[in-house]
Amino acid sequence: MTLPHGPDSSQRCVAFCVSVLLWPSIKQGISVLEIRNLHATIAGKEILKGIDLSVAEGEVHAVMGPNGSGKSTLAQVLAGHPAYEVTEGTVTYDGRNLLELDPEVRAQRGIFLAFQYPVEIPGVTNAYFLRSAFNEIRKAKGLEELDPLEFLDLMEEKMKLVDMDASMLNRSVNTGFSGGEKKRNEILQMAVLSPRLAILDETDSGLDIDALRIVAEGVNKLRRPDNATILVTHYQRLLNHIIPDQVHVLAAGRIVMSGGKDLALELEEKGYDWIAGAAA
Amino acid sequence: MSDVLTTAGDAPAIAAPLPHAESLAAYRADFDRLASTDLRSEPQWLAHFRGDAMRSFEALGFPTMRDEDWHFTSVAPIADRVFHPALPASVSRAAIAELLVARLAGPMLVFVNGRYASELSSVAATTASDSGVSIQSLAAAIRDDQAGTLSRRLGDVASPDSSAFTALNSAFFRDGAVVRIGPNAVAHEPIQLVFVTTDAEATASHPRNFIIAERHSQATVVESYLSAATPAAYLTNAVTEVVLAEGARLSHYKLQSESIKGYHVGTIQVRQAANSYYESFSFATGAALSRTNVYTILEGDAAESVMNGLYLADGSQHVDHQTFVEHVAPNCPSHELYKGILDGRSHGVFNGKVYVHPEAQKTDGKQSNNNLLLSEHARVDTKPQLEIFADDVKCTHGATVGRLDETALFYLRSRGIGMSVARRLLTYAFAADVLERLELAPLKEALEARVLERFTA
Repeated sequence: MTLPHGPDSSQRCVAFCVSVLLWPSIKQGISVLEIRNLHATIAGKEILKGIDLSVAEGEVHAVMGPNGSGKSTLAQVLAGHPAYEVTEGTVTYDGRNLLELDPEVRAQRGIFLAFQYPVEIPGVTNAYFLRSAFNEIRKAKGLEELDPLEFLDLMEEKMKLVDMDASMLNRSVNTGFSGGEKKRNEILQMAVLSPRLAILDETDSGLDIDALRIVAEGVNKLRRPDNATILVTHYQRLLNHIIPDQVHVLAAGRIVMSGGKDLALELEEKGYDWIAGAAA
Repeated sequence: MSDVLTTAGDAPAIAAPLPHAESLAAYRADFDRLASTDLRSEPQWLAHFRGDAMRSFEALGFPTMRDEDWHFTSVAPIADRVFHPALPASVSRAAIAELLVARLAGPMLVFVNGRYASELSSVAATTASDSGVSIQSLAAAIRDDQAGTLSRRLGDVASPDSSAFTALNSAFFRDGAVVRIGPNAVAHEPIQLVFVTTDAEATASHPRNFIIAERHSQATVVESYLSAATPAAYLTNAVTEVVLAEGARLSHYKLQSESIKGYHVGTIQVRQAANSYYESFSFATGAALSRTNVYTILEGDAAESVMNGLYLADGSQHVDHQTFVEHVAPNCPSHELYKGILDGRSHGVFNGKVYVHPEAQKTDGKQSNNNLLLSEHARVDTKPQLEIFADDVKCTHGATVGRLDETALFYLRSRGIGMSVARRLLTYAFAADVLERLELAPLKEALEARVLERFTA
C-alpha cells in the first residue's frame, strides 16, 4: 500500500535516523550496564577503542559487526577474562564499578557470558558443574545450597527449555558434544543461573536452523522485565527469532552506528562494507 | 678435574670408603643378631635364603643416581642412615579404621611394624578350605609349609639378587601375607592387606607378600601402607610376588599413604601365564620419598596386563614409579596409564619400560604418563621407553607435562565458581580418567574424594 503523499525514501531515512538519535534520551528503564569510553588491549594490542553503551532493564541489545571488529573482546572484557587489559574508560553495572570484580564475583552478581567456544572439561560431569556453579552463586547471595536431588528437580524443568536429554547431565562438560549441543548447554546454564545480564557471544554461529530456533526460544523464555541481554552476532538471522530493542554496529573497536531492529535488516542487505562507508 | 684435586693435595691417598659402607656394616650386624636370636628357629631353607639375600645386598649396595634405574631419584636419605628392624607395637582397631583410605567389606590382614596383628585382622570366613581361598600370614604359612610350596617358590618371581631393596627385604622380612586362590575359585570380596607403621624413628619394616592365583581363579587384593604416627622418618621396604596361572584374573591395588616424613620402597613382581589378566593400580600420596616398582612378565600366550597409577605430591615430597612389562609370549596386550599431580616443590618421576621379545608377535602395548604441575617449582622427570625386538607389534607410548588450562579456569570462574574451587575441580578432572579405570567402585570413590581434598590451596 502506498500513501498518496507519503514521504519518499530519503525522508523516511531522515525520520529513522532522528529517532535513533533520540533513543537513549527517551528510554525509561533502570540502568543495568553503562559502558563509557572503554578501551581494552590483549597482549599490548588495542582491540576496543572507546566503546559507549547503555543497557537498561528489560532490554535486548544486539552488537553486530564484521570479524575482528572487537565484538567478542567486548563480551570477554565484560565477563572479566584475565587476558584482556582495560586501559581506559569505565563500566558500571547496577551502579557499581564492574571492572574491579573478579570473574566469579561478576557471575555471582548476575553476569553470564554464553561462550562462543564453550570449553570442554573432561572428567567433570555436566550435573556436577552446573550444581557447583548454582550453589556457589547461591552461597554468594547468602542462600542455602541445593542438595543433588533438589537440584535434579530444577534441572528437569530447565532442560525442557532447551530440549535437552537428561543423559547429557552425566556426560563430561561439553566433551564430545556437537556444536549445537554445546550452544544449548550454554543456554541451559543460563537458564539455571538466571542472570541479570546475559551476554551471548555468537551463540548462533554454527547452528542449523532447528538448533537456532531452540536456542532463540530458550533466550526468549528467559527474558524478564528485570533482566537484560546483549547478543553479539555476526549475522542478522538470530534477530529474526530474538527481537532486539537496539542494534549496535561495531567496527574497528568502536560503535559506529546504533539503531532499532531494522538496522540489522539493513546491514544484512547492504553488508558491512556499507557501514565502513557510512562511518567514514 | 681429578688432576686438579690431586695436585692440590686434597685427594685421599687411598681409595675412599665404599659409599654407605658403614650403613652396610650396620645392616650386617643387625642381620647376624637376628639370625642368632629371633629368626633362629626358622627352617633351614629360609636361613639359607636370607643368608644369600644378605650377601646380595652387600654386593649390590644401595643404588646411586649413576644407576640407570635410579637416575632421577637419590636414595641418599635412606642410604645415609641405618634403619634398624622395627620393634613390635600395638595400634587400636579404631586407629586403623581411621587410617584406611577406603572402607571395604571383606577379609583383612593387618600388620603393625611388619608383624601380623591377629587381633586387628578378620579372615575367618574366607579361610574355610572349601571356598578355595586361603589367606594367611607368611610366618604362619612358613611354619605350616608341609608341601614345601614356599620353600620352592619364595623369591622365584622377585629374586633376592634383582635389587638391593629386594635383597634387603628378603634378608629381613618378619611377616607379610600369603594369599592363595585355588583353581576356579572366586574371592567375591576384596582381600585387604594393611601395613601400619608406628612412630619409631629410624626403624624399618620389610613386609613380604606372596599371592598365587591358580588356574581360572579370580580375586581382588588391596595393599595399604599407612602410618599411625606423629611424623617419623622410618622405612617401609615391601615386596609382593604374584603368580597368575592360566586364565587367572587378579585386580591388585596398592595404596601408599605413609607418614610425610617416612620412606617407602615397594616392589611388586608379577608372572603371568597364558590368558591371565592382571590389573594393577598404584596410588601414591604419602612419604617424603617413595619408590614403587611394578614389574610383570607376560610368559603365556594372550596374557593381559593393565597397569595404572596416580601419584599426588606437594611440599618437598619425592614420588617415583618404575614399571616394566616384559612381553615374552605372543598376542599379549599391556595397557598402562600413570598420572601425576605435583604441587609445591615436589618431584615426580615416572620410568616405564615395555620390552618386547622377538617371539612376542602381535604384542599390543600402550603406555602413557601424564603430569599436571600445580606450581612453578614442582618438577617431573618422565621416561617412557619401548624396546621392541619383534616385527609384528602395535606399540605406542607418550608422556605429557602440563599446567591447569587457563581457558577452562576462566570458564568455571565465569560461572561463579571461585578460583580455588575451580582449580580443585580441574585438578580432580585431570585425575578422573585414570580413576575411572578402577574396577573396584568403593575404592574409586574414596580415591576421588582424596584427590578433591588433597590440593586445597
